[in-house]
Amino acid sequence: MLAEKYREQIAATLAKYPADQKRSAVMPLLYMAQSEYGYVTKEALAEVAEIVGVEPTQVASIVGFYSLYYDHAGGQHRVQVCTDLPCALRGADKFADDLCAKFGIKLGETTKDGMFTIEGVMCVAACDKAPVFQAQNKEGIVYHENQTVESAVKVMEELKGKK
Amino acid sequence: MEHIVLRHRNIPGLDKLDVYLANGGFETFKRVVTSMKPEEVIKIVMASGLKGRGGAGFPTGLKWSFLTKNRPAYYVVCNSDESEPGTFKDREIMEKNPFQLLEGIMITAFAARANTAYNYMRGEFWPVAKVLDTKIAELRARGFLGKNLFGTDYSLDVHLHLGAGAYICGEESALLESIEGKMGQPRLKPPFPADKGLYGMPTVINNTETLTNVPLIVARGAEWYQSIGVKNSAGTKVMCLSGHVNKPGNYELPFGVTLRQVIYDHGGGVPSGKKVKAVMMSGASSVVLSVTDEILDMSLDYDSVAAKGAALGSASVIVMDESVDLSWVILKTTRFFKHESCGKCTPCREGNYWMLHILERLHSGEGTKADVDLLNSVASQVQGKCLCPLGEFAVTPVLSSLKAFRADFDARAKDAAKPKPAPAAKPTPKKEPMAGND
Repeated sequence: MLAEKYREQIAATLAKYPADQKRSAVMPLLYMAQSEYGYVTKEALAEVAEIVGVEPTQVASIVGFYSLYYDHAGGQHRVQVCTDLPCALRGADKFADDLCAKFGIKLGETTKDGMFTIEGVMCVAACDKAPVFQAQNKEGIVYHENQTVESAVKVMEELKGKK
Repeated sequence: MEHIVLRHRNIPGLDKLDVYLANGGFETFKRVVTSMKPEEVIKIVMASGLKGRGGAGFPTGLKWSFLTKNRPAYYVVCNSDESEPGTFKDREIMEKNPFQLLEGIMITAFAARANTAYNYMRGEFWPVAKVLDTKIAELRARGFLGKNLFGTDYSLDVHLHLGAGAYICGEESALLESIEGKMGQPRLKPPFPADKGLYGMPTVINNTETLTNVPLIVARGAEWYQSIGVKNSAGTKVMCLSGHVNKPGNYELPFGVTLRQVIYDHGGGVPSGKKVKAVMMSGASSVVLSVTDEILDMSLDYDSVAAKGAALGSASVIVMDESVDLSWVILKTTRFFKHESCGKCTPCREGNYWMLHILERLHSGEGTKADVDLLNSVASQVQGKCLCPLGEFAVTPVLSSLKAFRADFDARAKDAAKPKPAPAAKPTPKKEPMAGND
């Protein structure tokens, strides 16, 4: 249960907002849930709703609206390649395709061992360092910039080692 | 030149508190809190001519002066959502010059009579936020944040709030909704945030780069700031240069520099010596300008770019060389806006959906010239019919490209006049599954 395990962090998060505005803590709490469970489970949804004092449906609308929250499990690591215009002008589409080919999957798919989901994402504000991908997992998000397929595979091998 | 916003490029280690303090850091904040009135700070910023660097270019001091008087609470919110394709300056500021941004937020908070300030950062900046949080903790420990600062009755705290992947939250009222723990959908305006903002209280909301200018303006005075740049565009602008240039990156330059200087002198020109075909001045939402010598010699300031029918906005300059097919560019921008439309207004939600369908049809080889007309018609119908600027942003590149580069679209039609032009240099993009919810 989040409420017990993260008692201090939850209290510190709530303290950032006015006492009568607990709902503001819903986004940070969803990040907490995601790092605990890997994605926002039904149970987590109810827990967060209870802590901030809103209906689970309202929390679900937040999960659905914001693209960094997931209501289902993906690969242990999400490898998210920016394929928006400025990156694409510097070869990001080909980079994404070639990287997928290395793992025998298509963009948006998960590797058979459940380790990686490789997907396209919207602009991550690193246009001058394309090709770029962000690795998202339970620990958070890390950017990897100025990538080649070879360097990306190396990063992914290291992630795999970390589990 | 001396940087104002990217001052870390002149002073190594400026992200360390001791280095920042050794370079006059927080002296201005202390002086403001201990010896000035909020109105006096607003007066200086107003006289400096500082305008919003997030895109809208609204005079900053004037915005602050609109705050409704005699309310129980005031807030300052820094907009670090930075999600416009082609924009990557706020991230560098937060990573490399965090204390100057924080001092800017703090001086602004004093001017706005706010005891709480939030910095709203896009969720992807999670690692940046982790570091920035430690910087804020250092300020608390050293007595720059907290209760009764410097023995006065003024108290202030600053908190970070992480978004979670939604371009729309860069729109100020959607951002406020997001801090309140709701979906990031824009509010009807008026009331403006200066009257009813965060939690219904008067709120100042400004972009990261804007607020990073504030400490030096207040320290050195409005006249100093006005002496940099050109008429109606005082100071410097961080230009985010991306696309087909040899040296993409951030360049902080005084207003009045020409596009040619930015691309060729600073950006090192176009790879393989190719010609520039088109440029977008303020990211994916901007007018697509067909590049001529006249455009290359355009002065980069608010008025001169507006005179060419575009907007300087956030100065996120995307350069495209002669090999680029504009119908492909518009497929990219439309896919972005279709994904990022918050769904509140029908013209934006449906318009982007159908524009993307038409563009994908053209790129699959199944589109006709009638589809190009249809694209123009759908885009025209979105114009002016949405609550927030996203709808307008989405169709601006579409309509301007159709006007300047119609041939690129027609060439994609299966009933286009023969012989077909040489195949475009860019491969036909496939439909890409995107992370998160479509």
